[in-house]
Amino acid sequence: MSAAVANSSRGGLSDFFYRNSGLLTLALLLPPLLWIGVVYLGSLFALLLQSFYSLDEFSGLVVHEFTLSTYEQLFTATNLTIILRTAVMAALVTVASAIVAFPIAYYAARYARGGWKALFYIAVMMPLWSSYLVKVYAWKLILAKEGIVTWVADKLHLGWLLDALLSVPVIGGASLSFSYIGTFIVFLYIWLPYMILPTQAALERVPKNFIEASADLGASPRQTFRTVILPLAMPGVIAGSIFTFSLTLGDYIIPQIVGNSRPFIGTTVYALQGTAGDIPLAAAFTVVPVVIMGIYLMIARRLGAFDAL
Amino acid sequence: MPAAVSFQHVSRHFGQVKAVDDVSLDIAEGEFFAMLGPSGSGKTTCLRLIAGFEQPTSGHIEIFGETAEGLPPYKRNVNTVFQDYALFPHMTVGENVAYGLMIKGVARAEREAKALEALAMVKLKGFDQRRPSQLSGGQRQRVALARALVNQPKVLLLDEPLGALDLKLREQMQEELKALQKQLGITFVFVTHDQGEALSMANRVAIFNDGKIVQAGSPADVYERPCSRFVADFVGSSNVLPPDFAAAHGGTHAWTSLRPEKIRIAAAGETRGHGQFAASGRVTSVQYQGAITRVAIDVNGTRIAAALPAGVADIQEGQALSLAWAADSLVAMEPA
Repeated sequence: MSAAVANSSRGGLSDFFYRNSGLLTLALLLPPLLWIGVVYLGSLFALLLQSFYSLDEFSGLVVHEFTLSTYEQLFTATNLTIILRTAVMAALVTVASAIVAFPIAYYAARYARGGWKALFYIAVMMPLWSSYLVKVYAWKLILAKEGIVTWVADKLHLGWLLDALLSVPVIGGASLSFSYIGTFIVFLYIWLPYMILPTQAALERVPKNFIEASADLGASPRQTFRTVILPLAMPGVIAGSIFTFSLTLGDYIIPQIVGNSRPFIGTTVYALQGTAGDIPLAAAFTVVPVVIMGIYLMIARRLGAFDAL
Repeated sequence: MPAAVSFQHVSRHFGQVKAVDDVSLDIAEGEFFAMLGPSGSGKTTCLRLIAGFEQPTSGHIEIFGETAEGLPPYKRNVNTVFQDYALFPHMTVGENVAYGLMIKGVARAEREAKALEALAMVKLKGFDQRRPSQLSGGQRQRVALARALVNQPKVLLLDEPLGALDLKLREQMQEELKALQKQLGITFVFVTHDQGEALSMANRVAIFNDGKIVQAGSPADVYERPCSRFVADFVGSSNVLPPDFAAAHGGTHAWTSLRPEKIRIAAAGETRGHGQFAASGRVTSVQYQGAITRVAIDVNGTRIAAALPAGVADIQEGQALSLAWAADSLVAMEPA
């Protein structure tokens, strides 16, 4: 026995890490820390810094002097409208995806077993495997005046309903693909998996005997849902809403392709840093979603959304 | 007066598996009733049938004379203490205990007072603001108990409630549960696989095997007069003597149970009185256990184990030993 121990080599890398577990932790953490700390947070910080500079209107050059004048520009009527439009769209998309996702996630977590569960994962994940641009253009065709939605509505003799919907002021338009409704539908479709998966994961962690215990204590299924299932699923829904909300706030492709071409925060940033070359204002605009998300998370925390974590 | 719980030919099948197979039983009001059996014997399914988490495949269940099948759990006046407690992690201990009252619509002040009262009853005064995650296993167990009792159920169901506790705590909780049951007078139905627990706590024990009740009676009944080899083996440990051996040593020609503590050492050359029998053999094992010493001898292939009081004799493995017992300690059983 002792001979075998003495014979084994003491020089291996794993032996070294066994004796110096602190160095192992360091070796594992260093690359991601460099990436997150320097590349990721560093560039975010650089962006923040840019937003405190301003653009010289005559020369078109960035003036490297600290000023709040760029932030002032955010509060012009045009820019406030852009921010409001984006925030309202993001909020609506988030609420709608939470409502659509919950029953799907609930079914997958509570009832689906074996093959059905696999089918659920494939159905939710598969859209993520194909190109985002292709999907958005596909939706443009689906929602177009000559598209399948109009065709189906006509065949069902529901064309009048579609026309009525499109004639609603603000959200209506020439066709679905040229209206806020279209933009909303595509946002909802594209971000839905990001809401379903965290919600399903949260529901998966609610043990069956919590539901039994609640029923045992006299709660009807409706009361159990409200007082036990929903609060425990909330962290998942909030996690999903962070995705849907922030992704909508920052997206610049969908509003360009589907909708009435009115600017969103994303498209504005895209235009400002490109053709206009106004990097400071573009930077200030990108700070807006960060601030909105911060406020949103603070409110969610206050309301106890993370109590079950 | 109707029975607290009554099963009439109740079966619960899961596909091909007969989890509960034609069980009939009556539990009287105020009884401390234990369902004892190995895992998979159907005892927990029976409890879930009373709670309403399962519906019988066939048969009839009554709770205080009221038909129970088809009645959802939230409309039954029974409460359950779950095996892993099932405390809600997003509520404080106080909110957990007051949950049933909140659901019933009891006003906040009243239900909080009652929750505090229930917590005091299980000796957890001052714990109401904590989270279940901040409690030890034993404390969670008490919260689960308070949460059930605060609703003043007519029947309290306990599903292996002490299973997760360590030995000392378990013994303490056994005493407390028993005292609580006496004080409140509520019918307790208790599921356990621990025969010691069942014997020490219950007024009446039903022993389950393969979805059926194989024997029911008082703890003494079940222990002293096991009706089958399964019961003799499962409740305590027993010598199960084959028919030929039993007939030759004071019993009848049947499978026979002989409890180890009914056996004494036969002194060499003693004259045995009427109804006394003995067997000799080599000692195959000696286990010192403090209060008793367990000794097993081999009598021509039949193993006989005795539990001897500490300090009676110094016995070595391999030595010859005679063991003696009275004929009325032998209990004839069904062969199964």
